[in-house]
Amino acid sequence: MTSTALKGPPSPVLEVRNIVKTFGGVTALNDVSLDLLPGEVLCLAGENGCGKSTLIKIISGAEKPDSGEIIVDGNTYSSMDPTNAIKSGIQVIYQDFSLFPNLTVAENIVLTSAVADRRRLYSGRAARPAAQAIVDELGLHLDLDADVERLSVADKQLTAICRALVSDARVLIMDEPTTALTHTEVDRLFVIVERLRSRGVGLIFVSHKLDEVLKISQRVAILRSGKNVVTSPAAMLDPRAIALHMTGQELDETRHVSDLDARSEVVLELEGLGLRGAYEDVSFTLRRGEILGVTGLLGSGRTEIAEALFGVVPHDSGVVKVNGTPVRLHSINDAIEAGIGYVPEDRLTQGLFMDKSIADNIIAGSPNEHTTRFGTLDLRAVRETIQGLFARLRVKAPNVQAPVRSLSGGNAQRVVLAKWLARRPRILMLNGPTVGVDIGSKAEILGILRAEAAAGMGIIVISDDAPELVACCHRVLVVRHGRVVEILEGDDVAVDTIREKVAA
Amino acid sequence: MSGASLAIPDRLRLLRGANNEGVLAVVLLALIVAMSIANPAFFTLPTAFSILRSSIVPLIFALGVLMVIISGGIDVSFAAIAVFAAYTTVRALQSGTPDLGLIGAFALALLIGASLGVINGFLIAKFRLPTLIVTLGTQGIFKGALLTYVGSRYIADLPASMAQVSTTNLFEVSTPTGSAYLHILVVPAVLLAIGLAWVLRSTMFGRSIYAIGGDVEAARRAGIRVMRTQVAVYVIAGTMAAAGGMIYVIMGRSASPQILVGSELDIIAAVVLGGASIFGGRGSVLGTTLGVILVQVIYNSLILAGVPSAWQRTAVGVLLIIGVGIQAVASRRSSRASVIDETYQKQEVPA
Ligand SMILES: Nc1ncnc2c1ncn2[C@@H]1O[C@H](COP(=O)(O)OP(=O)(O)OP(=O)(O)O)[C@@H](O)[C@H]1O
Ligand SMILES: [Mg+2]
Repeated sequence: MTSTALKGPPSPVLEVRNIVKTFGGVTALNDVSLDLLPGEVLCLAGENGCGKSTLIKIISGAEKPDSGEIIVDGNTYSSMDPTNAIKSGIQVIYQDFSLFPNLTVAENIVLTSAVADRRRLYSGRAARPAAQAIVDELGLHLDLDADVERLSVADKQLTAICRALVSDARVLIMDEPTTALTHTEVDRLFVIVERLRSRGVGLIFVSHKLDEVLKISQRVAILRSGKNVVTSPAAMLDPRAIALHMTGQELDETRHVSDLDARSEVVLELEGLGLRGAYEDVSFTLRRGEILGVTGLLGSGRTEIAEALFGVVPHDSGVVKVNGTPVRLHSINDAIEAGIGYVPEDRLTQGLFMDKSIADNIIAGSPNEHTTRFGTLDLRAVRETIQGLFARLRVKAPNVQAPVRSLSGGNAQRVVLAKWLARRPRILMLNGPTVGVDIGSKAEILGILRAEAAAGMGIIVISDDAPELVACCHRVLVVRHGRVVEILEGDDVAVDTIREKVAA
Repeated sequence: MSGASLAIPDRLRLLRGANNEGVLAVVLLALIVAMSIANPAFFTLPTAFSILRSSIVPLIFALGVLMVIISGGIDVSFAAIAVFAAYTTVRALQSGTPDLGLIGAFALALLIGASLGVINGFLIAKFRLPTLIVTLGTQGIFKGALLTYVGSRYIADLPASMAQVSTTNLFEVSTPTGSAYLHILVVPAVLLAIGLAWVLRSTMFGRSIYAIGGDVEAARRAGIRVMRTQVAVYVIAGTMAAAGGMIYVIMGRSASPQILVGSELDIIAAVVLGGASIFGGRGSVLGTTLGVILVQVIYNSLILAGVPSAWQRTAVGVLLIIGVGIQAVASRRSSRASVIDETYQKQEVPA
């Protein structure tokens, strides 16, 4: 008898049986079962709010299921608790990172495993080498002594990844771990994923970037409205099929841009804008009704240029003209007064009042846009704006009174977008408007941007996502080392051209 | 930014300390220098020792409050716990029980303090109630219970073992302006400070307190036993309050349920001035110690300057607001600064 004949299929490292979870009246998970084999990457896909993060929180013990069980190592748990989960080798990178803002990067990386080891003493000095090792392994430049609250989103995400990798996990769960990362960082993460896989670790991976999903995973489980509708080998799926299972609709990523009237006025003009050491000699124009893409690698200066226009990052040379008149942009207030809006990168933590309702959050930024002749709040207009945006952005929530905290990650982002649209700025800049948004809704959001542009707004979309830029932008600027190196127009706005210019 | 040019801001950052301890030390020094110039009577060993002496009890209270504030809460019941524990102990020793000795008396008081701390901790951790409301409530309950069940009499004659300590000095230095005495009870205060600093920095319990103050949900997900840690924090805070109460009674050589009323403000002001964040997650023993001494120096200066005592309380109120104000401004600054820092840092790393 050969040894292979003796081995049946490998037994799962993790099994989830008949999980049901409701929040008040909302059923987040409805009888979900899964198993995870050692050495495989299982991808969880599904629309925003379909229950992916909830399932993960139940596996890690952060939430208690209503019914169902979790089986790890032959132990059956009717509900997990975080300590048991970590002890059984389950590590999670949460969608909201779950880091300690007041502690340093090094301490964040090592603290969880120290807790799990039931250690009594802690030594900051001894923590450093362990943290340094994992940071080096990933080839990162993280300042280990910086407090996490001072980091950029990308660095926070990298810290969360390091923390999950530092202990020897047997099950590694990653809830949208790549939303803020550059291609190089994603590639390095994937190298590590492969290495863990060969060591027999089971991985669960959640992402709305379907090319990533298909590249890294062996099996894909698709959830729709809290139900597991398909589990299938990745080789048998393509983005189209996944989208169809997720949404029940065909996916549309073709280019739709309106014909710009050559005479339509220039709403924004930059002349030689610069800040020494950050970006230089940035000049471009944006016309009424135009959607302008800005792309480049992370750190190329694309975000700084946008933040300069929003008065967050200073500039030391150049002029910005809005509707032909030079404006002063020394503060966010200056920018807002000039009619410029900015939906930032870090939407989950910036600008949302988590415990307030969706309605309050949508209207929070624009009381002045909703006043009557007498300067009082125009309640009817307020209600119309809220209901209109809530419906148009298809926020998944029972009603507009639900607190933002109870929303899924992607739905919370829609509320931020709604908040800015409610303000009706003349110029709206969006940094990664569809990061973390499911593919169905992505098309919808792009549709909304097209409609806003058609109604006269000038829009700047800052994004990594070449297909998205192609789908909606009239022109695309490529930024490299703080300079605009290319302005693509017409037929040059194509996925391959953009990727090539960015990487050059 | 190159590595070399980073060194200076980095060194400055180190000097300033994680919670602006450096700034506080400079302010304290400046105040002492100014007072010494204005009034030579200030800059003497007796004054220094008397400030240290008057800092003993506030420091012990402040250490307990510091721990609670780092964990993301606030405790306004410590003075009530202190009085409850100390007065009950003195009453118990008086009413017939054989003199337990100093150790026995302290053990009893600490036990009472710990039990009252359990009540706070349980209510806060189990029902996730706001800490200010809970401790405001228990403060009233402890005071009421003390008056109703234990007594309200002023006690002027402490048990012998306690009375004896009140006149013991660590050492005595004769100076031209008269003899200066350093009270023996600075020793436990200093030991407590060193002990708590060690616990906060080098034990998992201490780090868990910071973690909980930083983000409770993240702490729970990291497997930290939040409830247990929170209860422990309030138990320790209660115990420390009891110790502070006993020392207060010993040093004042009398006990009454009316003592320490209204001292909460001074203590919380000192802790916040010492760099602890009212939002939780930040604070250090060094900063708190400097904050306590600063408040005492200010009191002393105001007395020397002949400011009426009513105004002294106003001064502390102003200080508290300044302390909180500095925190708010600093955090706004740093969030702005970090955006700009990143602008430069990102250039370092070609993508
Ligand atoms: N604490 C909560 N209270 C009430 N409802 C909640 C809570 N947490 C999640 N939900 C609801 O459960 C559903 C599933 O949310 P979940 O976060 O699991 O979605 P998701 O699949 O991770 O979506 P996304 O892709 O946007 O991150 C949503 O409808 C959400 O509103
Ligand atoms: Mg999610």
